[in-house]
Amino acid sequence: MTLLSVTALDLAIHGTPILSGVGLDVAPGESVAITGESGSGKSLTALAIMGLLPGGARTKGRIALNGQDILTTPEADLCDLRGREMGMVFQEPMTALNPVQTIGQQVAETILIHEQTSTAQARDRAREVLARVGLPEDRFPLTRYPHELSGGQRQRVVIAMAIALRPKLLIADEPTTALDVTTQAQVLDLLKGLVAEFGMGLLMITHDLAVVNGMADRIVVMQKGQVVETGPTQALMERRVHPYTRALFAASAHKVDLPPAPAPVPLLEVRNVVRSYALPRRRLFGPRPRARAVDGVSFDLFRGERLGLVGESGCGKSTLTRAILGLEEVQEGGILLDGAPVFTGHKPNLAVRRRMQVVFQDPYGSFNPRHRVDRLITEPFHLLKSPPQGAARTRAIAAALEAVGLTASDATKYIHEFSGGQRQRIAIARALIIEPDLIVFDEAVSALDVSVRAQVLDLLADLCRVRPLSYLFISHDLSVVRSVTDRVMVMQSGKIVEQGPTEQVFAAPQHAYTRTLLAAAPRLPDGLERTHHGS
Amino acid sequence: MIRYVLARFASLILSLIVASLVIFTVIEIIPGDPAAFMLGVNARPDTIAALRTEMGLDASVPARYLSWVTGMVQGDFGQSYTYRTPVAGMIADRVWVSLPLAVYALILSTLIAFPAGIYAASRRGRPGDMAVMGATQLGVAIPNFWFAMLLVLVFAINLRWFSAGGFPGWDRGVWGGVKALTLPAIALALPQAAILARVMRSSLLDMLGEDFVRTARAKGLSRRQALWRHALRNAMIPVLTIIGLQFSFLLAGGIIIEQVFFLPGLGRLIFQAISARDLIVVESVVMLLVFAVIVVNFAVDLAYALVDPRLRVKG
Amino acid sequence: MRVPRSLISGAMLSLLVTAGALVSFVWTPYDIEVLDVAGKLRAPSAAHWLGTDHFGRDILSMIMMGARTSIAVALLAVGIGMALGVPLGLWAAARRGSLLDEVIMRGNDLVFAFPSLVIAILITAVFGASAVNAIVAIGIFNIPVFARLTRGAALSLWERDFVLAARVAGKSAFRISWEHILPNLTNLLIVQGTIQFSLGILAEAALSYIGLGAQPPVASWGRMLADAQTLVSIAPHVALVPGLTIVLTVLGLNLMGDGLRDLLDPRIRVARS
Repeated sequence: MTLLSVTALDLAIHGTPILSGVGLDVAPGESVAITGESGSGKSLTALAIMGLLPGGARTKGRIALNGQDILTTPEADLCDLRGREMGMVFQEPMTALNPVQTIGQQVAETILIHEQTSTAQARDRAREVLARVGLPEDRFPLTRYPHELSGGQRQRVVIAMAIALRPKLLIADEPTTALDVTTQAQVLDLLKGLVAEFGMGLLMITHDLAVVNGMADRIVVMQKGQVVETGPTQALMERRVHPYTRALFAASAHKVDLPPAPAPVPLLEVRNVVRSYALPRRRLFGPRPRARAVDGVSFDLFRGERLGLVGESGCGKSTLTRAILGLEEVQEGGILLDGAPVFTGHKPNLAVRRRMQVVFQDPYGSFNPRHRVDRLITEPFHLLKSPPQGAARTRAIAAALEAVGLTASDATKYIHEFSGGQRQRIAIARALIIEPDLIVFDEAVSALDVSVRAQVLDLLADLCRVRPLSYLFISHDLSVVRSVTDRVMVMQSGKIVEQGPTEQVFAAPQHAYTRTLLAAAPRLPDGLERTHHGS
Repeated sequence: MIRYVLARFASLILSLIVASLVIFTVIEIIPGDPAAFMLGVNARPDTIAALRTEMGLDASVPARYLSWVTGMVQGDFGQSYTYRTPVAGMIADRVWVSLPLAVYALILSTLIAFPAGIYAASRRGRPGDMAVMGATQLGVAIPNFWFAMLLVLVFAINLRWFSAGGFPGWDRGVWGGVKALTLPAIALALPQAAILARVMRSSLLDMLGEDFVRTARAKGLSRRQALWRHALRNAMIPVLTIIGLQFSFLLAGGIIIEQVFFLPGLGRLIFQAISARDLIVVESVVMLLVFAVIVVNFAVDLAYALVDPRLRVKG
Repeated sequence: MRVPRSLISGAMLSLLVTAGALVSFVWTPYDIEVLDVAGKLRAPSAAHWLGTDHFGRDILSMIMMGARTSIAVALLAVGIGMALGVPLGLWAAARRGSLLDEVIMRGNDLVFAFPSLVIAILITAVFGASAVNAIVAIGIFNIPVFARLTRGAALSLWERDFVLAARVAGKSAFRISWEHILPNLTNLLIVQGTIQFSLGILAEAALSYIGLGAQPPVASWGRMLADAQTLVSIAPHVALVPGLTIVLTVLGLNLMGDGLRDLLDPRIRVARS
């Protein structure tokens, strides 16, 4: 009998239709991935299976777990099933644990809720489970609180809670999206190992096709609340039938066509930069200990070059970015743009800042919700000695909007009228409007859906063709960096551990950390990258 | 944890010092010559001079401040000009009415508010919640002294369950005192309970929407179990702040309520002192009230550390 | 945008009271300075809609005049609180972590240790009782309320990328606070202002009740209640009417505040203490 069988599932929340005719199966011991972009309904399908839909949800259809229909089971019985027969792991590990309870208590609770054992015995079992997920007691005592653990470690605790009673079905909703590449690889390996050892069925939701490739036996592709295609992973990877699936795969494997880089003339010079923070005092007297977020970084960025910077969270890349932009002072070393220092004395040099601009990660937080687009785009005009007024200003705004594929009439709208991808375009327009020499892209496409991301990256390439554009592209996503940069630098713990031409670094990494990073990154099948031209 | 406690304690001392400076400045510096102020326009110069010497006003300002503070620390609050008795003694008698009243009201307020707030949060959007919200909306709008008058009308005058005012003193048995304080405590407590219930409800609702509650449900906890075992303790953290603030309002509100019930508390003392221009008494009582509030806030800070382990580590 | 019911009912109640206050400038049913001891303590009737008090004064007229006092005091107190508290909060947030921020926060905590009643006592002891003292006392207590609220909301706004973009554009902290932070706070301030206004009405009533607020012949609801205290069993309407008026006014303002919050932005949290 199939472990999980969803048939003709319809879902509406407060009258708005969300899912329509969704069907999928998971056999015991099988790993199935649900993939699709944001808004496709993947997470709500998972919540429906668990019976954890929000109030105002109306369902039709059937969700059979070992033959029992979840949709008609009363809540008390569902509580019995959750944790025992089916477990769930969520996306955001930082907020998934109760901050005022120890990890031991929280894992033991799963056991105590469902079985009649003593607290001590539950505690022992919790210890075993935590050790199994990679948190042995000698390093992670049961009395630890969540805030004492990193994101990856917290996610392991969540997994421990979900599998403590060896449920038949494990649902994982984007379990590694919020984690670093290396941590992601570890957690995915852990999940694979547990599934194999316990013979669990795994239903994994992810937008990242490379992750799917490594984990799933079968794929279910969803778009706008419906299942558009399903099939075994290998077969689907090679032959995509449905046009949406093809578009999705094409966008994931998208290769950007960059124009060739011009001859090297240094534009940005970073020399032995050290940025350190004071830490809280350990002793009452004596100097305060300092932590070095950026530890002796040196590199050049040449005119017209597209330079990438990769690293995991905490490596110091955001700090380095702020130092380059002159938003923070450095303790040692110097940063020069075309020979002029970014900081003079203790004040940022605004004449130099005028030649650099930045595009941020979050399309929803980068704009003041109360201002219109024309005012938002012209924020950098503040840096100009005599910003254009009147007709010249209107022309500048129109030109900037058109350069990024929008229209001049968009200038009078408010930012909430635009989608995520359009907002990033507006962010790029804001960065371009004063024609800086250097643009810093700080995780600028990380928050976008795959297809939108491909469009924005294409836009970047087009812009490079039209004008000489130098940029520093910062990202944790290796495949994106690979497609839009000429040279790349790898950062770890405040230091640049490797730099070189992109293809060279990716094909033949020299430093051990780069190798780990590349090995950990989930990858699409090689054939995909070649065949996308044909499909 | 130790570091946290020490830091909070240092903060306590600093607050006390600054508060005392403010009170001292207002009472002794602003009127110009406190002695002349107290005696009024028609006083003779030699009477004023005598009072000045008695009050030690000829010393320098810092010296006067220091002697006042050191005196208070030793329990000497000076001598009341009007009654010619040590202020400390007058305050001691009254404090044993005002302080128990505030504590009584706090207990009542919490006992009413917590169940009401939790009930409303667990029945969100449904009639039970609406009823609680309606009642609290009304409760928040009622002036406590007017409510006190209504209570007297119904329970004392019509039903005769309680006396309409007065306080028999503690030496004639604890129960008599508690009974005399009951109507006043209820009048004080009800509006505060309404506020507290709302805070409890909204804090709990916030917690119920948090991710870790969803994780608990995914483990198999029922809605009710998730509320009691996970959401509630986290919801207490903001509620504790409000309770601390409420204490200061209860002390202040108590002063007003004492007027309705003719209770011999700090309120009556202070109003008599104001009309008699007895600045020494006013100064001491205000300092005492502020002291109580600052100490209670310190206790709340300590309670935070007990409830929230994240605070213990930061030190 | 759907207008919430609470906003409508609240606004209506508040407007009714405000109307009464405004009308009292040109007309009241009777002149409250004229005493008619013979006609004292009359129950509500056609001649006196709300009855008369112990001096024979028409209660409805007293209520209308009292509305003036309550509204004026509460409004000015909110004005003081906002005018001083909001800039302090913005300043503290702009200089977060610095000594200035610490000082402002400590200052807030300190004022919170002095409930407005205590401040009123201090001021009255030295300057005598009056409506101005009530305004100052309640206003001073409002300052840290607004400062703390503003600082908290501003701090989270400072973390947003659009503020970072403004910093990249070279704008000063002052300019950012004015152009970006403050406009995004207006919803919160409107709602909190309404709540503080209602609290101000309660505080004014309490202060006049104990004689620390507006002095005769200025009418005030609190003092009407003080005068009515001994008559509660003889002529309950003298105590009930002013009390109910206070309740309805505060209720109306609170409903309006809740309605405004639901209308403007359901996600904002108000401080109610």
